[in-house]
Amino acid sequence: MTAAIVADDVSRTYQLDGVSVPALRGVSLTVDPGDYVAIVGTSGSGKSTLMHLLGGLDRPTGGTLLIGGRDVSTLSPDEMAALRNTTIGFVFQSFHLLARTTAQDNVGLPLVYRGVGRRERRERAATMLERVGLAHRITHRPNQMSGGEQQRVAIARALVTGPSVLLADEPTGNLDSATGQSVLALLESLVDDGVAVVLVTHDRDVAARARRQIVMKDGLISETR
Amino acid sequence: MRLAEAWRVALDALRANRLRSMLTMLGVIIGVAAVVALVAIGTGTKQQIENQVEGLGSNLLLVVPGRIQAGSAPTSSPLTLDDIDAINRVVGDRSRVAVTIASGETVRAGSRTGFASMQGVLETTPTVFVRNLDRGSYLTRTDVSTGRRVAVLGAGLARTLFADRDPIGRQITIGGVRFRVIGVFEPLGQSLGVDRDGEVHVPVTAAQRLLGTERIDGIAIRAPDRDRIGDLSTAVVAALTDRHPDTDFSAVTQEQILGVLGDILGVLTGVLAAIAGISLLVGGVGVSNIMLVSVRERTKEIGLRKAVGARPRDIGLQFLLEAVLLTTTGGILGMLLGGGTALLVDRLSPVPAALTWWSMALAFGVSAAVGIIFGVVPAQRAGRLDPVVALRTE
Ligand SMILES: Nc1ncnc2c1ncn2[C@@H]1O[C@H](COP(=O)(O)OP(=O)(O)O)[C@@H](O)[C@H]1O
Ligand SMILES: [Mg+2]
Repeated sequence: MTAAIVADDVSRTYQLDGVSVPALRGVSLTVDPGDYVAIVGTSGSGKSTLMHLLGGLDRPTGGTLLIGGRDVSTLSPDEMAALRNTTIGFVFQSFHLLARTTAQDNVGLPLVYRGVGRRERRERAATMLERVGLAHRITHRPNQMSGGEQQRVAIARALVTGPSVLLADEPTGNLDSATGQSVLALLESLVDDGVAVVLVTHDRDVAARARRQIVMKDGLISETR
Repeated sequence: MRLAEAWRVALDALRANRLRSMLTMLGVIIGVAAVVALVAIGTGTKQQIENQVEGLGSNLLLVVPGRIQAGSAPTSSPLTLDDIDAINRVVGDRSRVAVTIASGETVRAGSRTGFASMQGVLETTPTVFVRNLDRGSYLTRTDVSTGRRVAVLGAGLARTLFADRDPIGRQITIGGVRFRVIGVFEPLGQSLGVDRDGEVHVPVTAAQRLLGTERIDGIAIRAPDRDRIGDLSTAVVAALTDRHPDTDFSAVTQEQILGVLGDILGVLTGVLAAIAGISLLVGGVGVSNIMLVSVRERTKEIGLRKAVGARPRDIGLQFLLEAVLLTTTGGILGMLLGGGTALLVDRLSPVPAALTWWSMALAFGVSAAVGIIFGVVPAQRAGRLDPVVALRTE
């Protein structure tokens, strides 16, 4: 069984007004299919930077990174886009739903970029919304839904392409704890379905439920549990 | 991404900002409308003038002393009626030769006064030019040879002097000399900017006596057919030069006049269209500006679309189509506005206007091109946006 993501001594240094800011300073990590990894760490420790690299939104400035078995340093921007579309699902703290668009069309958005026609997109989006418990919210727009519902829509969107890895950067950060718990339960149910989930969280209890915990500090992994 | 999908996204984005889209389009609408309306007016004017010149009669050759060229001073005419006899021999048909001596004169009938362009002419005028009578009769050969003081009034002048009364047989004075009205022309309207209904035709001999001169200002010859105009022109000029070695003579055909007028009007229309085109360009800059704002506003959306698999070109296409949609919609509305304006101007004002399909097509094509040209930079900027930076933007 090949690993979904392999990071080997990966670093990422930002250039800010001519000053080098090392956000990641050599991180090695393997995400297997069906894995459940929690990343914790103080603010500014490089968690989001790592997530962007793992999801192919960004490229490392050092080390090697394989996503779906492919070395990202060899991929063109178009190939990276295709990789994100097919292999990765993203869930963000602030949901990032398109404001004037229905839940159904938000969920169908990734399918637009693989040329799926509108009818099929809507069918698949409806199925996915049903799966996250939002069958009754299909035609609602983000401003007509609660935060928890919006995050479920975002999860449905991340899943609609059938990715092997789901990356969630503080998905419960904008939710109250009860809603957060139900969103986490949803994510954990995905692990049972064989999707690898990588989760950034501040909550030690949440992290403790993962199969593995990674603690970040100053751009390095300080501890693995 | 499929093209149909990209169109839908672009349309959606424009609908989301209706007011802003409308205002942005306004620049393009005004630009296109101006191009269409001004070209229509230019074309209409040109057609009208062509009709008027052709309406004078066909196969005409006009002979005047002096050179016809820009900047040359008017030459005082050495031509007299003796020259006309010589030309009649060259042409071989007296009825094909007309002359004129013109002068602005005050015309009175009883207590009414008008100002008219008095034309001293031969009886041949109606056979050389197209000139129909409304009533009465035209001058005769005897009127001309005896210098009889009879006059044919233009329709406008007849109305000024006689209102609804019948002018035939009545007395008028031209420059203080008594004439008898024998005919009235059909209304002609304006021709080349001159009111042709304010003319009064009298025998050339009577006009010469009134003005105390022997001269003739110009000669018009009607060639039997188009092919003979060239030869006739050469022969007539040669005959006149023979008689007046010190004077240059010019012979111009209707076609030459039309050519010159057409060139002038073409240039004028082009200049007008270019000025209107500048406003279209300004409209394009407005589109570019708004698209840049739109890209900035939708940074997060762009980041998200990239995160779920949009390629740079998918994003670029989306914004480019948005710009093109703005300008082509503006172009269509501008075409309607410009076309409507042209029709109104044509109907409600003396200025003629003729819509041409090519000016509409051109305006539409240019507005689409403006959208592409001014949409490219914002589209590229959107396409190149770093998704990480875009997603971090709050
Ligand atoms: N685009 C950027 N340019 C410069 N520095 C950045 C950029 N993004 C993040 N950083 C810096 O990198 C470090 C890690 O940031 P981040 O990965 O967001 O941390 P976390 O998600 O753990 O809070 C921080 O010091 C942050 O200021
Ligand atoms: Mg973060």
